[in-house]
Amino acid sequence: MTEITRREFLKLGAAGTAGMALVPLANPLGFDLAAAKKRAVDLRIAGAKEVHSVCPYCAVGCSLIAYTKEVNGKTQLLQIEGDPDSPVNEGRLCPKGATAMQLATSARRVDAPMYRAPGSANWEKKSWDFMLDKLAQNIKTARDNTFVAQDANGNIVNRTEGIAFAGGAAFSSEEGYFATKLMRSLGVVHIEQQARV
Amino acid sequence: MTNHWRDIKHADVILINGANPAEAHPVGFQWFVKAKLDPTKGPGSGGGAKIIHADPRYTRTSALADVYLRMRVGTDVAYFGGLIRHVLENNLFHADYVKYYTNASFIVKDGFDFKDGLFSGYNQANRSYDTSTWAYETEGDKLPGSSGSTQAAAKRDLTLQHPRSVFQLLKKHYSRYTPEVVSGITGIPVDQFQQVAKIVGEMGRPDKVMTIVYAVGLTHHTTGGQLIRSGAVLQLLLGNMGRPGGGMNAERGHANIQGNTDHAISWEILPGYLRIPAPGQKTLDEYVAASAPKKSDPNSWNFFGTNYLNFMVSLLKGWYGNAATKDNEFAFDFIPKPSTNSSWMSIYDQALKGKMEGVILSGMTATSIGPDSNQVLKALSNLKWLVVMDPLPTTSSEFWHAPGMDASKINTEVFMLPATHWIEKDGSFVNSGRWMQWKDQVIPPEGEARHDHWIMAELFDRVKTLYKQQGGKFPEPIMAMTLDYKDPKKPELDEIAKEINGKDLSTGKQMGSFANLKADGTTTAGDWIYTGSYTEDGNLSKRRNGIQDPTKNDPTGMGFYSTWAWSWPLNRRVMYNRASADLDGKPWDTKRPGIQWDGARWQGDVPDYPVTMNPKDPAAWLPFIMNGEGVGRLFSNSMLDGPIPEHYEPVEAPIPNPLHPNQSADPVAFLYDQAAGRPNRFGKADKYPYVATSYRLTEHEHYVTQHVPLLVGLQPQAFVEVPDELAKEKGIKNGVRVRVSGQARGRGTRHQASRRAQAHRERQARLPHRHSHPLGLRRHLG
Repeated sequence: MTEITRREFLKLGAAGTAGMALVPLANPLGFDLAAAKKRAVDLRIAGAKEVHSVCPYCAVGCSLIAYTKEVNGKTQLLQIEGDPDSPVNEGRLCPKGATAMQLATSARRVDAPMYRAPGSANWEKKSWDFMLDKLAQNIKTARDNTFVAQDANGNIVNRTEGIAFAGGAAFSSEEGYFATKLMRSLGVVHIEQQARV
Repeated sequence: MTNHWRDIKHADVILINGANPAEAHPVGFQWFVKAKLDPTKGPGSGGGAKIIHADPRYTRTSALADVYLRMRVGTDVAYFGGLIRHVLENNLFHADYVKYYTNASFIVKDGFDFKDGLFSGYNQANRSYDTSTWAYETEGDKLPGSSGSTQAAAKRDLTLQHPRSVFQLLKKHYSRYTPEVVSGITGIPVDQFQQVAKIVGEMGRPDKVMTIVYAVGLTHHTTGGQLIRSGAVLQLLLGNMGRPGGGMNAERGHANIQGNTDHAISWEILPGYLRIPAPGQKTLDEYVAASAPKKSDPNSWNFFGTNYLNFMVSLLKGWYGNAATKDNEFAFDFIPKPSTNSSWMSIYDQALKGKMEGVILSGMTATSIGPDSNQVLKALSNLKWLVVMDPLPTTSSEFWHAPGMDASKINTEVFMLPATHWIEKDGSFVNSGRWMQWKDQVIPPEGEARHDHWIMAELFDRVKTLYKQQGGKFPEPIMAMTLDYKDPKKPELDEIAKEINGKDLSTGKQMGSFANLKADGTTTAGDWIYTGSYTEDGNLSKRRNGIQDPTKNDPTGMGFYSTWAWSWPLNRRVMYNRASADLDGKPWDTKRPGIQWDGARWQGDVPDYPVTMNPKDPAAWLPFIMNGEGVGRLFSNSMLDGPIPEHYEPVEAPIPNPLHPNQSADPVAFLYDQAAGRPNRFGKADKYPYVATSYRLTEHEHYVTQHVPLLVGLQPQAFVEVPDELAKEKGIKNGVRVRVSGQARGRGTRHQASRRAQAHRERQARLPHRHSHPLGLRRHLG
């Protein structure tokens, strides 16, 4: 029997019983495997919303389709699979991409801001306001303490030497651009990401 | 990548160096296999593309290769150099391409030299080259063109016979790389090398094409730039740059390493690979003169150099709005100017010296990256504060209670800020092939998690308020920075994508192309290489016209899929594609066209050339429009460590360089310990006789997959791959526990944890040295 792609399942579904009736004729065993497979897919994603994403791991850039459903006013992630339309992956995923849902729903998530005071042996749960206010003051103090307006040769350099920013291989491009713009505007010269290391 | 993943299926030969795509990029590897299984591809009469894998480790990529070359770690320049020599000595290069599309005919100044492992102009005291002797011999006055972007024309000899022509210099340089010498350095047997040279040599035919694919096995060396350049030189000689199925293709290791390198989360650049200004550059003109490529041929467009000022002013105007005016050099002073190397390791060196107060990590962990984790732990302990923005705890957020750390003595304030996962926000990821692909938000943020950019926007807002209330050092850039979003504390990523593209301030319309950016302050572009991604037609990275309808979505059949997402620059899928056609504009290989001249326009891919420029016009631009020469550079004076790639041993190599034992390692390699005022700690062969390489398994991606139960279940245990010969010598049996240590990660480091020995898949390269044993260390546990 010819292998049937996911997209063809959907087409078969759309075509209704007339389309489905053709499949068993091509199957010498008389068992309607395609229909069974389609039913399994239907059960998992019946009534689900299809949303497009991209795999978070390596840089092949495999397109993903994520299926979600509203349950008691909350969006639940049902399944992630390869997007058959993508010219990059044509629906295929490696073991990492295929288990992306477990990363998305990890039980190890940090669910609230955590603060560790100097010398302390413990984390303390804090509010976002506490964290952001304290941090904003830290950034300002570090900037004012380590800002160099002119170097020894009298050149205007306007740089903050005592703050570093690193990251960005995992977040969206637009976040990266925004980070660069902010950090440079604060005078930061130590800016690095995973490409270097 | 100059090309893209799907394009690899067009290749006749695929050279893979420093990469293991079958395991590290398995879904991308399908395109390699497609080429291999396609009977119309391959050398000779076809029968399928040949995959040639040169690597110290035998991997699944090797298993699927037609030829596997076991090579000693870090010797790729010798391998490529040997292939370059083979192509030059046997006249197998693509003659027209080399003559007209490369700088083979350019004449280098009298005084250029290479002797005993050193190029002319070396300064021992500061470990750097004065590159003035690497310049071209020129004639006449400075060529006309925009300020700071031209020089006098280089002299050329199109017969390629002048002894100081690049062609002759190259021939002389690589004459030393005989098969025997290559074999002596790399460990590849002479007969096997010659077998590969024969296959590669055939790829200089216009109707054949080869691609080179690489990853961090090339880039992560002190000589990384030259390792890649040696492959590029080979590709230029064979006429394979700019062609479908050709090019130099880097496989990136993280979902958005490409996008965020483009957007300059890198100390030495601004968005779009504009250089970070240096102290002493007082005006934009001085900055451009020191940074832009210089036009060195009358027919060179030098597009990048010519437009450098337009791009920089448009960036400044985008960032600082009304505060950027002609009178204040468009707020050029607002951009910080670093005095020294401010890269990754120097962050922690500054912290050790007490000069770094705070470090902000966003989706990256300090402690698991670099040669000495203990030193990083010490550095983090020396900070006033550390911010970790991540969805999951990391070795950095938890550093203060790591084994061996005394929390009571660590005064670093640590802020763990829960960030959203990729699937909880929209925005684009840019893949290795430069495809900017938009993703939608799938689920809402978990718990109290916030988007990284919202955290940063909130922080910035509060810092700004503090400056307003308390005053402080040079608040001008903070006050002036544009935040033209509906909610400046919660900018939408789509709004930022729009800003990155830029607009025409006089009409308020989105820019369609970076070619129209101006230096008079009337246009903006946050990152000029993305101009064209978000036009008046909207955000083009959201387009999804893929293989569901190949007839409509891929009319050329070449796999460009130009309305699937968007790729930089200008949605071009193969860079330098003018070089895919001959002087008259006809494809070198009509079966695999990139672009072609139809008498009025260039058709096919988005041309890397003016779309209506008649190639037969004597004033037509040369094919490589971005650099000063207008042609591909076999010889490049913009490299700091040499204009022609030369084999240098790694700094810690256990043997002296067989080519020039007195200049074994790269003479200008940056020595971090020395730069930080510490004695250099290089491992010596008497104590550390073995070379190790680290790598990823298919089921792992650095450290984050530790949190995925299915993947940990598939590959649960740390192990070391030990070559048979070494295992026998040391009496190591499969499954026993072994201890691995190195100089930088010496006794007592966390990296010295016991690891289990694994199947003896490795063999030593065929060299009579103990050092040729490569140990394989998988990375996952940090």
